[in-house]
Amino acid sequence: MAVIKLSESKVNFIKDVCKSFGNKPGEVINVLHKVQGEYGYLSAEVQEVIANELNIPISRVYGIVSFYSFFTMTPKGRYPISICLGTACYVRGAEKVLDEFKRLLNIQVGGTTDDGKFSLNCLRCVGACGLAPVLTIGDKVYGRMTPDKVKEVIAEYN
Amino acid sequence: MTKIKTHVLCCGGTGCKASAGDEIINNFNAILKEKGLENEVQVIRTGCFGFCEKGPIVKMLPDNTFYTQVKPSDVRKIVEEHIVKGRKVTDLLYLDPENKQHVSDSKHMGFYKKQLRIALRNCGFINPEDIDECISRGGYEALGKVLTEMTPEQVIDEVTRSGLRGRGGAGFPTGVKWGLCAKNKADQKYVVCNADEGDPGAFMDRSIMEGDPHSVIEAMAICGYAIGATKGLVYIRAEYPLAIHRLQVAITQAREYGLLGQGILGTDFEFDIELRYGAGAFVCGEETALIHSMEGQRGEPTFKPPFPAVSGYLGKPTNVNNVETFANIPIIITKGAEWFSKIGSEKSKGTKVFALAGQINNVGLIEVPMGITLRDIIYEIGGGIKNGREFKAVQTGGPSGGCLTAKHLDTAIDYDNLVAAGSMMGSGGMVVMDETSCMVAIAKFYLEFTCEESCGKCSPCRIGNKRMLEILDKITKGNGTMHDLEELRNLATVIKDTALCGLGQTSPNPVLSTLDNFWDEYVEHVVDKKCRAGVCKQLMHYEIDPVKCIGCGACARVCPQNAISGEKKMAHYIDNLKCIKCGACYEKCKFGAISVK
Repeated sequence: MAVIKLSESKVNFIKDVCKSFGNKPGEVINVLHKVQGEYGYLSAEVQEVIANELNIPISRVYGIVSFYSFFTMTPKGRYPISICLGTACYVRGAEKVLDEFKRLLNIQVGGTTDDGKFSLNCLRCVGACGLAPVLTIGDKVYGRMTPDKVKEVIAEYN
Repeated sequence: MTKIKTHVLCCGGTGCKASAGDEIINNFNAILKEKGLENEVQVIRTGCFGFCEKGPIVKMLPDNTFYTQVKPSDVRKIVEEHIVKGRKVTDLLYLDPENKQHVSDSKHMGFYKKQLRIALRNCGFINPEDIDECISRGGYEALGKVLTEMTPEQVIDEVTRSGLRGRGGAGFPTGVKWGLCAKNKADQKYVVCNADEGDPGAFMDRSIMEGDPHSVIEAMAICGYAIGATKGLVYIRAEYPLAIHRLQVAITQAREYGLLGQGILGTDFEFDIELRYGAGAFVCGEETALIHSMEGQRGEPTFKPPFPAVSGYLGKPTNVNNVETFANIPIIITKGAEWFSKIGSEKSKGTKVFALAGQINNVGLIEVPMGITLRDIIYEIGGGIKNGREFKAVQTGGPSGGCLTAKHLDTAIDYDNLVAAGSMMGSGGMVVMDETSCMVAIAKFYLEFTCEESCGKCSPCRIGNKRMLEILDKITKGNGTMHDLEELRNLATVIKDTALCGLGQTSPNPVLSTLDNFWDEYVEHVVDKKCRAGVCKQLMHYEIDPVKCIGCGACARVCPQNAISGEKKMAHYIDNLKCIKCGACYEKCKFGAISVK
């Protein structure tokens, strides 16, 4: 087994999370939610600690992390931008908004800016179709977006 | 005790919250305090009113004044005029687009007139985080009735006779499903609420959970009593933080009131509910996949039988129903099966909640009796197509459904008619499209979704859909042949017949229904290399009409590629080699000089 290089406090946090779910293999998705909520992503090492604690093969943990789109193995930016590409947003021009973000931030979908500030992702429907096209930055929802407004939105975080 | 004279109901749904809904509530509280009215006026954060297009909504009780598009800065005016002086703030009232009159009561608005709210009965009326408000509107009455007056068999019989069918999409009779699960003997059974609303463009389940979480909890307990289960699980999307929060609050309050836990309402019935979080996988809406996900595995479906009613969560008999199905249960119990079965069409009883979205004037959440026509939904409730454009299609059933066209406008909407028209009810997303949507691109859009969300277990879905997507991609790029169209239909039929689960079997529907209804458009893409909607970038270009162009230069300034040039006050032109077809110039031009060719 590989030597785990995570800090002790991080390892202890993960162990505590596993413990709070009774170290039960069936709780692995809840554990992953909690840990990603704290660190923003699930590195290979983190997955290894979880597998050990829940006494399941690491392949199973990885299988779950890679199956569900909510889990990520790469760190996100400080302000994660998610553009809704659900049908309602799509027919109201979400792709143009996405293109504008790509152009202004100079990153592709799934990428993070060099300074680690913004990352850009797509998601399928946040359920605010009334405000389509919609995007979220962190927990904040921006509705009725147009390519024109993209510059202003980015400026809010400068 | 002070007497509350006025109630201010502020929408706290995700949509309105995103448009400064919280700030509005804070302003109300601050200004009311400043005026010394805080004991006479109560501000309540409710669930969704449904009229998201005109949000944020503020409704005043007792006179039912319905203020639309309220801004935080409007709050002072509402307090000073409406509450203090008793005068309505006219410019915040809804303006009837037909006769240009202000309408103050929502029941006179076109959007609400044809609606019938059963599943959404409490949304927008109560504070979802206060169980007392729910109880005052009849909440938990059905649970009391069931536990003290009815046997489990009677409950199942009542639900069966009501004619309620599953609102998650397939429309399986709910009472029959409960009966199957009740029949199986086991030491432990489970009631599962499917709140994994992954269908893009659908938000009815979210709104119910945000606006009236107790109706779901109550119904799950009733189901538990009927089938003999003591444990309930809600499988909810992690993307719905507000709904998760409200469900958690509601569960805690129900426990405190002895409505969940042991010895419910003084009987020996025991039931409790836990939440399980989804992690973004559309296929988890399929019940076997959902159960595997709850067990902490990859959400891959398995072959049925065995059905969950026999062997579900942890191998025990499990009954899975969708949020909206559950929300109908309490009122069926209190008002009776006869009352419910009088609403709707012959084979589809009751109402259906639709999330109306897309290119339509009144976007929002609507609940209508089954059997209503598409025309009523789009033109009466939806207020017609945006910007006066022409109706082209409406997509129902999400990635598993299909497109209905103008010829279906007078079809009565119910489970069977939608399937006959090549679509399906699905969970209730209804996305309206006008002539700016390219139907080939829409089919491709859905197939991209399916390919991304396919779990990969069976080859028809994993490989077949990928091949279909490649063909569609070829067509939208102008490289398609007539043979491709034939191939597309063949593949679609094979996938429909051979895929393992509901996701795979329905995934070709968007392609098949667009092929059937918009054959001409496919042929145009293939033969004439033209996209009439101007969506497929390789098949179109922008042109400036030298007669209409006045040379203002606005287009050149917004062009990100510097592809537009021309002398001031002279006609400009676009260099098509540089142009990336972003459409910025087209939207900027005030003189209609730029057109799509």
